[in-house]
Amino acid sequence: MSDLKKIKEEFLSKLGGNLNLSEINQIKSDLFGKNGLISLQFKKIGTIAEAERKKFASNLNILKVELQELINSKINEIEINEINEKLEKEKIDITLPERSFVRGKIHPVSQTIDEISSIFSEIGFSVEEGPDVENEYNNFTALNTPDNHPARDMHDTFYLDQNKEKLLRTHTSPVQIRTMLKSKPPFKIIAPGRTYRSDSDQTHSPMFHQVEGLHIDKNINMSHLKGCLNYFIKEFFEVDKIKMRFRPSHFPFTEPSAEVDIGYKIKDGKIVIGEGDKWLEILGCGMVHPNVLKNVKVDPEKYQGYAFGIGIDRLAMLKYGINDLRSFFECDYRWLNHFGFDPLDVPTNYRGLSR
Amino acid sequence: MKITYDWLKDYLQTKNSENQLLDKLTDIGLEVEQIENTSADLNKFIVAKIIKTEKHPNADRLKVCDVDIGKKKLIKVVCGAENAKENLITIYASPGAIIPKNKMEITISQIRGVTSFGMLCSESELNLSEESEGIIELIPTKFKQRIGKKYFNNNTSNLIDLSITPNRPDCLGVRGIARDLATAGFGKLKISKPNKIKFIGKQKIGVKILKEKNQGCTAFGSCLITNVKNTESPKWLKDKLISVGQKPISAIVDITNYVMLDLNRPLHAYDADKINKGIIVRNAKKGESFKALDNKEYKLDEGMCVIADNSGVLGLGGIIGGIRSGTEIQTKNVLIESAYFISRSIRKTSKILNIDTDAKFRFERGIDPLSIEEGLIKSAKLIKDICGGEISKIDIQNTVKFKETNIKFEIELFEKISGFKISNKEILKILNNLGFEIKNDKKFLRLKVPSWRPDITQPIDVVEELVRIHGYDKIKKIDPIKVRSKPTLNKSQKLFHFLQRAIASKGYQETITWSFTDSKINDLFKFNMKNIEIVNPISSDLNVLRNSILSNLIMYINKNLDRGFKDLSFFEIGPVFYGSNPGEQKTVIGGLRSGKVSRSSWLEKERNVDIFDIKKDVIQTLAESGYENLKISIDEKTPSYYHPGKSGRIFFNKEKEKVVAYFGEIHPNILKKIDIKTEALIGFEIFIDNLKGQKKSLKDQKIKYEISDYQKSERDFAFVIDKNFKSQELIEVISDVDQELINNVNIFDIYEGENIPKDKKSIALNVTIQSMTKTLKEEDLEKINKLIIDTVENKTGAKIRS
Repeated sequence: MSDLKKIKEEFLSKLGGNLNLSEINQIKSDLFGKNGLISLQFKKIGTIAEAERKKFASNLNILKVELQELINSKINEIEINEINEKLEKEKIDITLPERSFVRGKIHPVSQTIDEISSIFSEIGFSVEEGPDVENEYNNFTALNTPDNHPARDMHDTFYLDQNKEKLLRTHTSPVQIRTMLKSKPPFKIIAPGRTYRSDSDQTHSPMFHQVEGLHIDKNINMSHLKGCLNYFIKEFFEVDKIKMRFRPSHFPFTEPSAEVDIGYKIKDGKIVIGEGDKWLEILGCGMVHPNVLKNVKVDPEKYQGYAFGIGIDRLAMLKYGINDLRSFFECDYRWLNHFGFDPLDVPTNYRGLSR
Repeated sequence: MKITYDWLKDYLQTKNSENQLLDKLTDIGLEVEQIENTSADLNKFIVAKIIKTEKHPNADRLKVCDVDIGKKKLIKVVCGAENAKENLITIYASPGAIIPKNKMEITISQIRGVTSFGMLCSESELNLSEESEGIIELIPTKFKQRIGKKYFNNNTSNLIDLSITPNRPDCLGVRGIARDLATAGFGKLKISKPNKIKFIGKQKIGVKILKEKNQGCTAFGSCLITNVKNTESPKWLKDKLISVGQKPISAIVDITNYVMLDLNRPLHAYDADKINKGIIVRNAKKGESFKALDNKEYKLDEGMCVIADNSGVLGLGGIIGGIRSGTEIQTKNVLIESAYFISRSIRKTSKILNIDTDAKFRFERGIDPLSIEEGLIKSAKLIKDICGGEISKIDIQNTVKFKETNIKFEIELFEKISGFKISNKEILKILNNLGFEIKNDKKFLRLKVPSWRPDITQPIDVVEELVRIHGYDKIKKIDPIKVRSKPTLNKSQKLFHFLQRAIASKGYQETITWSFTDSKINDLFKFNMKNIEIVNPISSDLNVLRNSILSNLIMYINKNLDRGFKDLSFFEIGPVFYGSNPGEQKTVIGGLRSGKVSRSSWLEKERNVDIFDIKKDVIQTLAESGYENLKISIDEKTPSYYHPGKSGRIFFNKEKEKVVAYFGEIHPNILKKIDIKTEALIGFEIFIDNLKGQKKSLKDQKIKYEISDYQKSERDFAFVIDKNFKSQELIEVISDVDQELINNVNIFDIYEGENIPKDKKSIALNVTIQSMTKTLKEEDLEKINKLIIDTVENKTGAKIRS
């Protein structure tokens, strides 16, 4: 029997037994170590007669591969068994609670402002801001509301000085004045922000939010105003159709002026916008009064356009079914959690305003 | 303004329904605020007769009455009136009735153990008069046939409450509303014939309007009616006033009220015999006072327009009359005043004295200056008809002549503003019906504005009239164009929105609190600022503008802690104020965290929320907002509301120009003062205005991408260093050793105690060394190692720990 055959038989039988990892490693070194049996056979190749050499080398290689593969598969088998044994022991109760997490929330008013900005962004309005403390001129006089005007009675104003020159703005309209004073027409802006009136009950709060809109250009008329608001209301309430009514009203800074109602009905105790025969007032608007344009050095012969003011809190209440305005500002953890929005819910045009 | 359809029909010939009326009113800008279905309510008031009274078993002052209400059975009603006696005919309110005076609904109820099936009414409860003593005593001869019948006429129409905008004083009278309706095609305006009356003699009471600076009265018309017999008003007049919620008083007073509501012409009636010599219209003198018809004594100021006689003030012109010269039932001679007062003067005086009357409301908005005579004639005629007497000639004193408004109206303006066309014929018809006098000049119209429309002063006002009457529903809709020529948000607005959501994503709930706060709380947070007081706060605990975003937040977090919530994170983004001038405000994002982390967790050990939690929130937010590459420097100078040893300030440069943020524990004294019970309360403020704009936009930042593929090595060091030495500085010293090779320095242990001197601490850190250009050899690393140790020891006095 040749040496190779002997080695083969001996080691196949050895490897056939039930071996542990160190025994296998011993076999591996017996065969392939520096002086291992296979290694020695390789060293012999040179001494073998020319005629036999090729065959011998070929047989040796086959044997080497065979034994190596067997050894590797044995090792693999043992390792898998070890892992399986370990896994057996490592079972845990995966129904135990996860590490606790806290979810932050965005206030519904902030979310609504972002929704409104997103809608008006689409039709070319940019966002302007103004200070919360205003002077009497910007808040009233420049807006064609001189100090003996009864319309001032509708604004219960907070004052910061005895002369009533400094006040907390009662509407966002002074941003119109600031915007038009600092640059030249055309203007196409919205201005969301805090507004203040000395009034408090279920539908009034001493602080609330408005968004002002202003579009001044050469030929902007009431049809543009109606089209713009119709678009906004439809987008905001995310409904296919909307019932909207323009009703004559009066604001000193617009002429003609209108109040806008939307149609709704109550279904199962919830308000449904766009259907029904009830009307709900949601905003005031009109064509900017020539006196206002004159006050900000815009020529009313050349330029004209519209302005509107919308109560943001009221829109949020309608869209998200919030009953009490005061609850917006009471910071109740439960309320914020319920009505708040996930910070990742950024209203956009392509993902939609709300999920 | 309260009206009824019936009253409107005095001026309007129409067959339209009430619902059509309501729609039309709203369509032309006379907003219907409320409808009170008075007739249905009033059906529940029934003429009744008391058959028997007994003393209430459990109450001395109450009686139990058996009342005949026209049914087979008598019913029991508990009544407290002294005059409730057998055989009295009175008015009974059945269950479900709403008492006009206080709007209370009558129910079947137990009164001290006896069931009362309704109520017997007094005159004041039914707004029939001021009389509140006892129940109504109806005249038996007139009412005994009507027992069981409704007391009020069934045909009273609904009360319609209109919200009249301040520009439309003409619609504060029924006739004005009718005119608007007729113009808009709702019925035909009935033009009443001018009253014909016989004047007898001159008006003998002299009237003088003093020529003074700021004289508030420009015209004073008067008429004397002698030998009258004042009386209760006739039923038609009473019903009319009651139908719009007014209380009848006496014929003379009722007539002046009626004319005011009918024509928007306020009048005042004086008892002529109580006027001392003549009437003087003048400015009040300082310190003068008078008792008004509302029974209040008013102290007057210089410049208030008063109607006076030789004995003193009779009344405040156009606002309220005085008790001294008021008419009574015995009045024999009446002087009727029909005057014109300047709205500015009326407004100023009524504001100072805080008086609101129907007359004031009308004069303030501006009544028709040419209605003086008409008002006098209409009222005098009615007084003569009802109370008898003789009417004197009318006297009118004028200081200023009325100037009519003329407008040149270019017809094109209508389409330019409204966006649609109507025919010239239609334009002329509308304006004519509204009372304009028109001269047609082809391209434009010369318009004379009716004297009752002080709101119309320029062409744009005419456009509004035309659109309003023609109908706002005729305005077309032009869809908006989706073109954006300017970015929606500027850089700081983008930052605002990013920060808001970045903080929220760290687990904070966004709150919105008032911009004002309680000065007592503000005092704790105002630091080096002054209180900015609101002159007229809504309540004493909201009396200053907030100097800090934390004042309201801390109060609200406390309320939630009181509700039993413990681990809270709140933030707000909004304005804080440092002065009372416009613009003296800055935008701050501030937050508070309370309680613990991992409270009662099976996984982790719970611990109090701490300064490094909130520092992480702040730094991470800044990094996310694009400030990751700026060198942050921190010191410990913070406002007094933070814990002095556990709080810090963040800057973006060493020059410390602008504070980017504060973070730290809230001072324990504040927790004590506000009485907050929580394991820990940590706060932060980020000053958005101090975050400088990023020079490069994100798209430019992304362009340069450099990384090293060479082997990186890490070395650990431990230095023993002064206890007060700031780790930030140590990191800086090490980083500066070789800015190219040293990529990162991380502190992984701080140790004080055994084996370390008392005034020292040990800082252990791990330094990452990597080159962009080559693999570092062992000797390169050794060199850096040595350099780090030498530099730190030299610059900081630290010793390497061996």
